[in-house]
Amino acid sequence: MATLMALVVGILFAASIYMMLRRSIVKLVIGLIILSNAANLLIFVVSGLTRGAPPLIPDNAKAVAGAVADPLPQALILTAIVIAFSVLAFAVVLIRRAYEVVGTDDLDQMKDTDT
Amino acid sequence: MRTSTLILQTAALAIMPLQLMFSAFLLLRGHNEPGGGFIGGLVAASAFVLYAFTFGADSTRKLLRAKPQDLLAAGLLLGLASTIPALIAGQPMLTAHWWQLPLPGEGYLKLSTVLIFDIGVYLAVLGTLMTFVIGLMEVEQ
Amino acid sequence: MMLLAVLSGFLVTALVPLLNRLAGSYIGWVLALVPALLAAYFASLVPEVSNGGRLLLEYPWMPGLNISLDFLVDGLSLVFALLISGIGVFILIYAGAYLKGHKDLGRFYVILLSFMASMLGLVLADNLITFFVFWELTSITSYLLIGFHHEDADARKFALQGLFVTAGGGLALLAGLILLGTITGEYSFSGLLESGTLISQHPYYTAALVCILIGAFTKSAQWPFHFWLPNAMAAPTPVSAYLHSATMVKAGVYLLARLNEPMGDTLLWSGTLMAFGTMTMITGAYLAYSNTGIKKLLAYSTVMALGTLTLLIGVGTELALTAFVCFLVAHSLYKGALFMLAGALDHATGTKDITRMGGLRHSMPLTAAITGLATLSLAGLPPLFGFVAKELLLEALLQSPLWSAGLLMATLFSAMLVVAVAGLLVIKPFFGATVKMPKQPHEAPMAMLAGPAVLALLALIFGVAPALPASLILDAAISASVGSPVATKLALWHGINVPLMLSAASLVVGAVLVHQWPKLQPRLHRLNSTMARRGPEAGYFGFMQGLAQFASWQTRRLQNGVLGTYLLILVLVTFGLTGYTLLFRYDIDLAFDLADSYFYEWGIALLVVAATVFACITQSRLASVASVGVLGFGVALTFIHFSAPDLGITQLLVETLTVILLVLVLFKLPPFVNLSTPWERYRDLAVAVFAGSVMALLMLAVLDVRYFESISTFFIENSYALAQGRNIVNVILVDFRQLDTLGEIFVLGLAAIGVYSMLKLRAEDQQKP
Repeated sequence: MATLMALVVGILFAASIYMMLRRSIVKLVIGLIILSNAANLLIFVVSGLTRGAPPLIPDNAKAVAGAVADPLPQALILTAIVIAFSVLAFAVVLIRRAYEVVGTDDLDQMKDTDT
Repeated sequence: MRTSTLILQTAALAIMPLQLMFSAFLLLRGHNEPGGGFIGGLVAASAFVLYAFTFGADSTRKLLRAKPQDLLAAGLLLGLASTIPALIAGQPMLTAHWWQLPLPGEGYLKLSTVLIFDIGVYLAVLGTLMTFVIGLMEVEQ
Repeated sequence: MMLLAVLSGFLVTALVPLLNRLAGSYIGWVLALVPALLAAYFASLVPEVSNGGRLLLEYPWMPGLNISLDFLVDGLSLVFALLISGIGVFILIYAGAYLKGHKDLGRFYVILLSFMASMLGLVLADNLITFFVFWELTSITSYLLIGFHHEDADARKFALQGLFVTAGGGLALLAGLILLGTITGEYSFSGLLESGTLISQHPYYTAALVCILIGAFTKSAQWPFHFWLPNAMAAPTPVSAYLHSATMVKAGVYLLARLNEPMGDTLLWSGTLMAFGTMTMITGAYLAYSNTGIKKLLAYSTVMALGTLTLLIGVGTELALTAFVCFLVAHSLYKGALFMLAGALDHATGTKDITRMGGLRHSMPLTAAITGLATLSLAGLPPLFGFVAKELLLEALLQSPLWSAGLLMATLFSAMLVVAVAGLLVIKPFFGATVKMPKQPHEAPMAMLAGPAVLALLALIFGVAPALPASLILDAAISASVGSPVATKLALWHGINVPLMLSAASLVVGAVLVHQWPKLQPRLHRLNSTMARRGPEAGYFGFMQGLAQFASWQTRRLQNGVLGTYLLILVLVTFGLTGYTLLFRYDIDLAFDLADSYFYEWGIALLVVAATVFACITQSRLASVASVGVLGFGVALTFIHFSAPDLGITQLLVETLTVILLVLVLFKLPPFVNLSTPWERYRDLAVAVFAGSVMALLMLAVLDVRYFESISTFFIENSYALAQGRNIVNVILVDFRQLDTLGEIFVLGLAAIGVYSMLKLRAEDQQKP
């Protein structure tokens, strides 16, 4: 299953880089979203995939019985998802502002620092 | 942008309180079951976003009572405040503390700095998202 | 005690602003107490090293990095320490008078004291890295001092030149020192001294030698790096006297003398030092003769002296090293004095050009007398110490095992020129008819004459009784550079012998050269200007210009403002290097196993891939945003399926909000148009596929590598026991790693403030018109 997921993550990375290299600013945003998904999945996959054993301690027990999924990458990814969202919101609003000021969505036209 | 239909308005009014209750439930059980401040905050934010799409940004502001930025600030302050008991007790900052308050009758209320911190996270997430959404909707008008 | 002594210069700087206000014009005298006490302290160490002893005072600094503040006190370092602190006393007093009333006098003393401390650290440091740190500190303080008159464009230019040359050499030196440390495993001079012939037989020897010589040659202004030293005369005269004649420029030859024992037993070492030393000596002497500015003249004769010192280390016999130590001390004494006197002349007459001075012996008799004494030492006449040194120099060259005749010829040639220069220094300003000068000349104040007088008198005493300094400290210094105990028998009069004859011959020719100077100098000067266009300094300026041109070219090429270019370069370099390392440097072992996946896992994977591809190729923005949403839900499903319920829930909620956000904002932007050419699209596609393949390979490679045990075991075991929570992920977030989460919600806050202010700014913009 890890092999399959590694291929999926590879495709996600390729797609996100392709989209970020486009000149349209909206495509750049789409690329960013795919990239953050790819990065989250990357951490999730390389830390090991476990089916049906969430890192929860059952009621009436003081510790887990048997192996559970690694909780640490999950905590990392959880914060990463929320941060990625707020950064995305920031980027999107920034792009909107830039479009209003510069009057184009073509990144090749947005190369002067003081327009 | 008051374009919503009667059906949506009715549904929103019915669903929203449920969502808010669910978010509080997720927040409180988060320490033992899937849930917690992040997820609770996101659910609460979804509830208000639904309301905002149905009734507009102004009514959402009224419903929230506080400004979204104030919610955010309160969340950050609660997060910081949760570190203080450890300092008072002379332990390293961020050491967790638990208290058990007896309730009338059988049970007792389990309180902890961790819970305060989780509420802080909840409020910070809610405040941030509402700042985004309400701010953007107001600009569109 | 030693640590305090070395660092006292730095410590006292904190008091300078206060003293500057309290002591007023006596500040020079007050601050001179610091080097005076230091000199007394170093003098108290003399008995311990005078019979070949060596003190190692250890102070730990960064033990983990093998860097210590150990100090090595032997004859060689103690001679330098005494020169630095002793001359420092007079320089500080002198500067108080020379820069009297200058608005930045306080700052001047701060830098000068810092320099003194750095220089002491340099000569006393035992650890190679500490040595390098002090070495660079002297370069930096020298830079600040040359550029002290920072309103003057030339001062700034030449300060920068000095810094570039010496700090550039410093980098080479660092490489050389590290090579030495690698060869011997010892990062200290005391360790190197005990390494025997290990260094010179090591394959790294040549590389280490070249690096260290570049460092030493740039610092000690050896040809072809000699040009920075005369230019450094843009500094105030006390600085020229202290840094650029008596102390800092000798750091390079100090290093060479220090390393002579562990590294000096090869032909490569002695041949290189002799060749460059001779070249520097002749160049310096010739340029001194063909200049008219008194400071330039002295600076070039310093270059000549530094060349001679390098040459003597290159010869490397016991006699040569004796000559080295004597010449070093003699030069520091007379050159320090002469520079201070030059400053007094400049101060009194308002000009630096010796052709515009004359007849000053009437108005400045004391200055004239001291100058006369110091120049006698410069010219190498008895009964001054310069004579002893010159005799030793000629004797050492006569007995040189290599190239004796050639070296002797070159030295005689430069000696003649130096005799002429010495004659000119006395005759031009003080004799002849009185010329009208920019200022009415007057005798210099006491504070400006005390230093030169004491130094010139010392030169006289050492000359009359050379056995006195020799028995005290010089023998120890010679022993330290030779590597075995030496007892010299220095004397003023050796009887009539070959060196004396040669010396006399140089005097005669020198006198002729003085006579011919008015005719020869202008011609030589014109010749020099023509040659300078092809000289090393022109090379320096050409190099700096080329560097600036290259910088602007590469900025235009690489930073053209187009985001796509930046990304393309970034992606290609990052993934290119990663891919290269992965495929060629790492024994990759791929466990390529697709059979262990269930069919619904294939379903989720296909859903994710299909949504991604569709989001990229569709021409409709809404379809693109919707597919991104589908992609997000697919990822959420993955999380839930592989035991991460919290992640799944979070991902679902965030994905919903993302779609809402995009719908709110992106539809205010124009619809998709194909802006790029097909060629660009194929290029980008190729790059993207390459990067994706590298990532997939990397993940497969990482999967079967585990260097460390996961720390999650701790979290899993203690989640309930310590933190009273059953949801381990949440316990990590709000308890075990609470500080991270606290930081994260502040990031959320920052993003919110950013968005809010961007939106509000907009609202205000709209209100204005």
